[in-house]
Amino acid sequence: MQLTLEFGGGLELLCDSVKIHNVNVEPQAEGKKLTMKHLLSWVRTNLIKERPEMFMKGDTVRPGVLVLVNDCDWELSGQLETVLEEKDAVVFISTLHGG
Amino acid sequence: MDSNGVAETPADIRREIASLEKVKAEIDHRISALRVRLTSYGSVNGNEVANSSAPRPEQTLLSGQLSPDMIYRYSRHLLLPSFGVEAQANLLKCSVLVIGAGGLGSPALLYLAACGIGCVGIVDHDVVELNNLHRQIIHTEAYIGRSKVESAAAACRAINSSVQIVEHREAFRTSNALEIVRKYDIVVDATDNVPSRYMISDCCVVLGKPLISGAALGLEGQLTVYNYKGGPCYRCLFPTPPPTTACQRCADSGVLGVVPGVIGCLQALEAIKVAGAVGEPLSGRMLLLDALSARIRVVKIRGRSPQCEACGENAKLTEEQFCNFDYEKFTQSPLSTSPLKLHLLPSEARITSKEYNERNLKGEAHVLVDVRPSHHYKIISLPKSMNIPLASLEARLSEVSAALAREEGHKKDDDNQSASLYVICRRGNDSQRAVQYLHKMGFASAKDIIGGLESWAHDVDPSFPTY
Ligand SMILES: [Zn+2]
Repeated sequence: MQLTLEFGGGLELLCDSVKIHNVNVEPQAEGKKLTMKHLLSWVRTNLIKERPEMFMKGDTVRPGVLVLVNDCDWELSGQLETVLEEKDAVVFISTLHGG
Repeated sequence: MDSNGVAETPADIRREIASLEKVKAEIDHRISALRVRLTSYGSVNGNEVANSSAPRPEQTLLSGQLSPDMIYRYSRHLLLPSFGVEAQANLLKCSVLVIGAGGLGSPALLYLAACGIGCVGIVDHDVVELNNLHRQIIHTEAYIGRSKVESAAAACRAINSSVQIVEHREAFRTSNALEIVRKYDIVVDATDNVPSRYMISDCCVVLGKPLISGAALGLEGQLTVYNYKGGPCYRCLFPTPPPTTACQRCADSGVLGVVPGVIGCLQALEAIKVAGAVGEPLSGRMLLLDALSARIRVVKIRGRSPQCEACGENAKLTEEQFCNFDYEKFTQSPLSTSPLKLHLLPSEARITSKEYNERNLKGEAHVLVDVRPSHHYKIISLPKSMNIPLASLEARLSEVSAALAREEGHKKDDDNQSASLYVICRRGNDSQRAVQYLHKMGFASAKDIIGGLESWAHDVDPSFPTY
């Protein structure tokens, strides 16, 4: 399944400073749907090059990271249970505090 | 000038400028105060009734309470069909508190004063520094070393003497927060640290004030409106604070000046929309700015969370709870922007920059490793230092061994001591982490230089640039 993943707010530093990744991710098993939970572990294994604790805590993202599925907070679509579709855009963005 | 045959020094000129600036600021302040008094007579341009020989007809001020001068000053607002007299009159009746007169606060304050917000409050405890001026555009060189609030207030009064500017020259803390915020209708969060963001959001929840929140770092910015008409608060979005390692500061990571400028302008815009009661404020949505790729994205965020510990259904935060909450402990970060000072090493594993200087002058055989990131090293470095960024130290240990071996080779024969290994960084935190690691990897004699290059500039070579 084709997905566009984007990292921002400094999270791109964890994946070789590349912000946008066009990736192909398959569901965990044949006939199953691809969920955010599976995508997160896929990202951790395949894209995160350093300090994984800056991206995840337990089986979800660390505090201070907003996850957007098609420009919408994943809280509104079921968080880890959000089901992804072909060509979805997922954004991981660390909240900023500077000024 | 060289009037008495005594050579004038730059220090003399600076002193004279400073003293004249001070007098000028006092005069400006008195003029502003007089102008405000004059406004209460109906005009500031010398057209008031007292000077006019013809008796002035009774004026009916339509829908807004705008004086002739205000009509002229704000005419371009009044001409906007979707803004008009009503929204302008709303601005004039409104008060806005801007917390932080830095990169975000600078443009926000300039626009809020210019647009005719009736009363603008400014909170900050900091002083203006030269390395602020690339982004904190409200301040000028003349104010270096003086209070940011004083400087910002003078700039706002210079633009619009008819608005009231209130100076709060103090750090924003739980002890004064309620008392300050209570007097205002809208709050603009233009601070630069995590505990302040939680504290300001909670304070706005307790007092029921809408909060215009902006942030910027590097080449990115974020903006949203919290606690507005049933919308989410900061804690609804971020119930748990981020790990301290994820909280970068502009002073460490850098920031392109115009980026907080853009976000600060947008904060002014949102404040004007809320104050004027026009448009759709950015509540329940967040604007994300990526300056490098020239992309602005507006995303939908969650609404108010029923489980929120500040604004949720079961947990209405009280004033007393707010005052007793320890925001520094909660976020594990200090409210003041003073940089972190680690103490990881025993004193025998550290030397001062002065001591290092003496040993170096004596010709001691040694290797100096600078563990800052390479883009820092490019700004300025000590001669003879080698750059191995902390992140790549593990992979480049062999370079340290090779450099030590080279130094041993150069040593005088009567010297039976092996070459020393010193580690330096910007402020003396990463160098301690590096020395800890080097000790573990068998470089038992590695020592860190206390306080890093900042202490070198302070204690050894005042001409060494700091950044
Ligand atoms: Zn809340």
